[in-house]
Amino acid sequence: MNELAITVIGRDRPGIVADVAEVLARLGANLTDSTMTRLRGHFAMTLICTGPAAAEVEAALASLAAEGQLLATVRAVTPDGDVPPVGEPYVMAVHGSDRMGIVAAMTRVLVDAGGNVTDLSTRLTGALYVVLAEVELPAGVADAVLDRLHRTAAELGVEVTLRPADPDLL
Amino acid sequence: MSGGERGPEVGLGDWTPESLDVPGEVRAVVSAPHPVLSRAADEVDPTAKETVQLAADLIATMKVSPGCVGLAAPQVGVGARVFAVDVTGHPKAVTVHGTFVLCNARVVEATRWKPGREGCMSVPDLTGDVKRASRLVVEGDLPGSGEPVRLVTDGFEARALQHEIDHCAGLLFLDRVAGAHAVYQRKVYL
Repeated sequence: MNELAITVIGRDRPGIVADVAEVLARLGANLTDSTMTRLRGHFAMTLICTGPAAAEVEAALASLAAEGQLLATVRAVTPDGDVPPVGEPYVMAVHGSDRMGIVAAMTRVLVDAGGNVTDLSTRLTGALYVVLAEVELPAGVADAVLDRLHRTAAELGVEVTLRPADPDLL
Repeated sequence: MSGGERGPEVGLGDWTPESLDVPGEVRAVVSAPHPVLSRAADEVDPTAKETVQLAADLIATMKVSPGCVGLAAPQVGVGARVFAVDVTGHPKAVTVHGTFVLCNARVVEATRWKPGREGCMSVPDLTGDVKRASRLVVEGDLPGSGEPVRLVTDGFEARALQHEIDHCAGLLFLDRVAGAHAVYQRKVYL
């Protein structure tokens, strides 16, 4: 079974998701995990599907990209299987004045502590820059990580909090 | 913990905004990023003249701001532990204490945590999902008389109080959002 990683990026308009999904359905591709959002007005979709060969999907999606408003990429990937978590889940929130290198510096602190960022979003609204990261940290390092995050945040002139992710299940 | 163990309420008594006895002035609201929003605010003397004026100004500013159910002193650029709340008429409110101002408020009991969507006048373009206690006991002092109160509340008023107490501790709702995708571009401005 082929597993494909597909990205579709470009100028937003109504109907892109339906168009992409229709192309995939017609080729017998089974859409598994996907995300779609608008990033500063740009359409951005990333998905994994299983089924047809990469070249076949690429050719079919090319028709969507023909007007030059969308860029679609397709590549075959090897199923990773389940990656065991490195530790405990936390949420890091960073906010402050926009400047270069906030995400780079703050996530570097997490990585250097053996952490793994599992989800991330950033927003720029007016002068306010917001970074939200979900991160798995090895057991017992959170306090030390928070100290280092505070030092790095102070150098950048931003605020940071690190809290355990809500473990509640309904 | 059952409701009965939360201790008795020491309510607002005969305190009303009118008992401040000074006209409130509308102040400019500051937006993040602003350093005053990220500093823990200072304790105040609830009987001091400037505290009474600040209380009246917070109420006046809250009242002219559409949809505003609470406003903390740091939001008008003052690093003082004072905030106004009024959830009267809000569809999610259960217990409602009307319009009031608390000085030096602190949470003494917080239970039954529930997620909910919050916005903030100081973060005008975003909303976020934040878990807050839906049963809450808060102690603080009333501006003017300086009388201590112990408010027992729930639901939306409890959420508003926690949001304002956070402001006085230098925290925004952004510091408490539930996950990487729990912040949203605001679609409706009141």
